[in-house]
Amino acid sequence: MECVFGLVGTDFAIVVADTSAVHSILVHKSNEDKIMFLDSHKLVAASGEPGDRVQFTEYIQKNVALYQFRNGIPLTTAAAANFTRGELATALRKNPYSVNILLAGYDKETGPSLYYIDYIATLHKLEKGAFGYGSYFSLSMMDRHYHSGMSVEEAIDLVDKCIAEIRSRLVVAPPNFVIKIVDKDGAREYAWRQSVNDTPVPSA
Amino acid sequence: MLDTTALESFPSLISHGINVAGEISAPPSFQLPNSNDFDGFVKETIQMVKPAKGTTTLAFIFKEGVMVAADSRASMGGYISSHSVKKIIEINPYMLGTMAGGAADCQFWHRNLGIKCRLHELANKRRISVTGASKLLANILYSYRGMGLSVGTMIAGWDETGPGLYYVDSEGGRLKGNRFSVGSGSPYAYGVLDSGYKYDMSVEEASELARRAIYHATFRDGASGGVASVYYVGPTGWKKLSGDDVGELHYHYNPVTPSTVEQEMVEAAGP
Repeated sequence: MECVFGLVGTDFAIVVADTSAVHSILVHKSNEDKIMFLDSHKLVAASGEPGDRVQFTEYIQKNVALYQFRNGIPLTTAAAANFTRGELATALRKNPYSVNILLAGYDKETGPSLYYIDYIATLHKLEKGAFGYGSYFSLSMMDRHYHSGMSVEEAIDLVDKCIAEIRSRLVVAPPNFVIKIVDKDGAREYAWRQSVNDTPVPSA
Repeated sequence: MLDTTALESFPSLISHGINVAGEISAPPSFQLPNSNDFDGFVKETIQMVKPAKGTTTLAFIFKEGVMVAADSRASMGGYISSHSVKKIIEINPYMLGTMAGGAADCQFWHRNLGIKCRLHELANKRRISVTGASKLLANILYSYRGMGLSVGTMIAGWDETGPGLYYVDSEGGRLKGNRFSVGSGSPYAYGVLDSGYKYDMSVEEASELARRAIYHATFRDGASGGVASVYYVGPTGWKKLSGDDVGELHYHYNPVTPSTVEQEMVEAAGP
């Protein structure tokens, strides 16, 4: 029931993920952040088995950081995507990772990009992509309303349309979503869309 | 990669250092059962252990610290094998772990975690954080993924950043949160816990909420019962607050009121 989707705009890329951590019929947590900052200008939205999701994305994150330390320059989004796919492919026939990834990044030379990497190491560079049951609703919404060169406002509007559609049509729809954006100023959290609040603990 | 620190490679009785035959001594390993179909055997074991999380454990963070509670029933299918299992494991004086799943797995790996935490203290001259301890355990469990370990645990403690609570399981999942319940009785406990929870509770109110949630879960879940233990973790470490038999708690919460007898039984008149 995990929903992850993303799209590319004029000079930014957006990824959206649900924030439920579910174990059979129980929702353990409804504010689990599944979009990780791979580096200052890259986001990884991952869905899949809980152990694999965290362990694999942290492994990629640390290796990307290592490359930057060793070589003095960060990896491009394409390079990071191909590295990720390579790791999934190598593990595939022995000890496969059950993780689906949408990797969004911004490079100074080539602008924003979005890569679709699924659990059997398929790699596609796309304008819009989605994983999970939510994809049945968000893909057609994006196909209908997306056009290249969207502004942030138009893109967020489309994202909200997709979330509304998932909430109304998916039988066990996740209540909360997180939206993150990456552009020339870096990767950052854009907003949360919450319909159920975990009682927040006031911060110290 | 597997974490092999828990596996002993026993020292050779013959010599210290080089083997008599000059061979490289074998790496740490464990004995495998003799069977024709090892993969099938492993699959069967995993299936046998899977439903075994017959328990109710819960933990939550509140203003004064962390409250941890659990039942004490051990069941093997329909047979209740014990009513006095310690499901709250004392990792060190300021951290607790809860047990759900395989008892041996939980006890062993919590003890192993305690060792690693102590080694961290000695190496770094400061206590390990709850974040660090839970990550150590999660990484160990992840390395044994698919091999049949059954562990559903919560690591609760108090460190420099205040109270900490993490859920860690044998599938490799690790979640940071304020409220968790694990085990077959957990949905029942969640209901009571969620409706009664307020961040600003006193220690007495919080322990009563924890005890109540365990009681309600043991009432409805056949695999939970025995004694409801409640522990509190505060700035100075953990303290056991209570251990009440849930049967007695039932009559405490539902006192028997004498009702009017409508018709007294009378002896049948003799012929």
